[in-house]
Amino acid sequence: MSTLSHAARIAWKDLRIELRSREIFYTMAFFGGLLAVVYSFVFPSNADMIKIAVPGMLWVSIAFAGTIGLSRAFDRERENDTMRALLLAPIPRLSVFLGKACSIAVLVLGVAVVVTPMLWLLLDVHLFDDPGVLILSLVLGSIGFALVGSVFSAALIKVRSRDVLLPVILYPLLIPLFVAGTSVTAGMLAGNQPKVWYWMGFLGVYDAVFLVVSLWIFESLVIE
Amino acid sequence: MTRYLAPLFAFLGAIGLACTCWLIFTDTPLQYSWQPNNRHWVLATGSGSLFFNQKIFFWHVPHAIMLFIAVGVAGVSSIGFLWKRNPKWDDVALASVSVAVAFGAVTLITGSIWAKAAWGHWWIWEKRLTMSLLLWLTLVGYLLVRRYAGASGERIAAGMAVFAMIGVPFIYAMVGAGDNHPQAGSEGNVATLNSDMRPAFWSSMVTFLCWFLTLTITRVQSARMEREVRELREKGLDTGVLE
Repeated sequence: MSTLSHAARIAWKDLRIELRSREIFYTMAFFGGLLAVVYSFVFPSNADMIKIAVPGMLWVSIAFAGTIGLSRAFDRERENDTMRALLLAPIPRLSVFLGKACSIAVLVLGVAVVVTPMLWLLLDVHLFDDPGVLILSLVLGSIGFALVGSVFSAALIKVRSRDVLLPVILYPLLIPLFVAGTSVTAGMLAGNQPKVWYWMGFLGVYDAVFLVVSLWIFESLVIE
Repeated sequence: MTRYLAPLFAFLGAIGLACTCWLIFTDTPLQYSWQPNNRHWVLATGSGSLFFNQKIFFWHVPHAIMLFIAVGVAGVSSIGFLWKRNPKWDDVALASVSVAVAFGAVTLITGSIWAKAAWGHWWIWEKRLTMSLLLWLTLVGYLLVRRYAGASGERIAAGMAVFAMIGVPFIYAMVGAGDNHPQAGSEGNVATLNSDMRPAFWSSMVTFLCWFLTLTITRVQSARMEREVRELREKGLDTGVLE
């Protein structure tokens, strides 16, 4: 139980830093909104085509903005050299990982909260017809992204070319997650319930499996 | 003993290559075409026949199987490396990933040629093609990390290999569902082999297994030597023998 409470404390510490400066959230959200504007220019403005393309737009925005937030969240620890302090703290390493992953999941979700209404406003697609499904899929997607992302950004913290290497590592590993997320949203827009729940289950299993693997692997990847 | 293994397998592979080419071009009938309906190879003449294009099957399938074997070896030895911290495991993982990238490139190129001949497109999102492509991308990422991530690259890359291996079932389930972007195309499954294709097929399997082993053993040895040179150099720098 104490592992979880330590994790909650670390997550709360990160979020409190973020609440004071709002640096990551503002830049990520602005970038996400910018992407929505770019999409509305670069894709054909045919209503039927937009409806097919919107799920992809949503999840690609989450991937891009999430990567920015991810590298910035760990840069903060590197600049102040506090990662070492966190790892030396007399708490299980797992709580450090869980705490970091939680705060990043919250940030990614924050981007989704900005991008989804932007897409709805700019492109006039009815994303909010089934809010429960939308929210659940975004939560599961953010968790999966944050789990895999935290493992590798924490491991890359000392590497000079980390900004280039992070997407190179993350995107091939996360393709199943993004395909599942896109399929949930597409199924939701098409009103295809079996498709929605197949991919929702896929997301859930993906999160569960990668939670276990990340918990195991985090300790061996992040040693100073 | 181990120093003779690579030349031995190279020799066997060379003999096997000659035998395979002979079997492919003389022993196997020319006019096969693929019947998606009953999933069999049939003797066909005229426009249905793939003629020489069918022959690429004997290169493509062994390479793809070796790719998946290499990914398995890389994943397991990366787990071993992260667990035991013995760099010998890391040499094996690096070697299998390098070999897997080479075999994967051949798989993708031959698969693409096959797709053009059989289905009329250079690329379709068929289950096995998609899996191979995603795995191959991850493996290229692995090599990039090894190259540019400096000292901690070994660990990060090992973590990547483990994640890639665990991701394979997800990619399989993802493409198998088939109603979204990566569409399952036509039936691109491994054929039920006709009896007169079997000698050529198994001969090429053995040949490419020998070739795979030659490459992997050589690469493990070179990775070990690279590491030993690096360690010696560091030792020399520490003791002041080297500048």
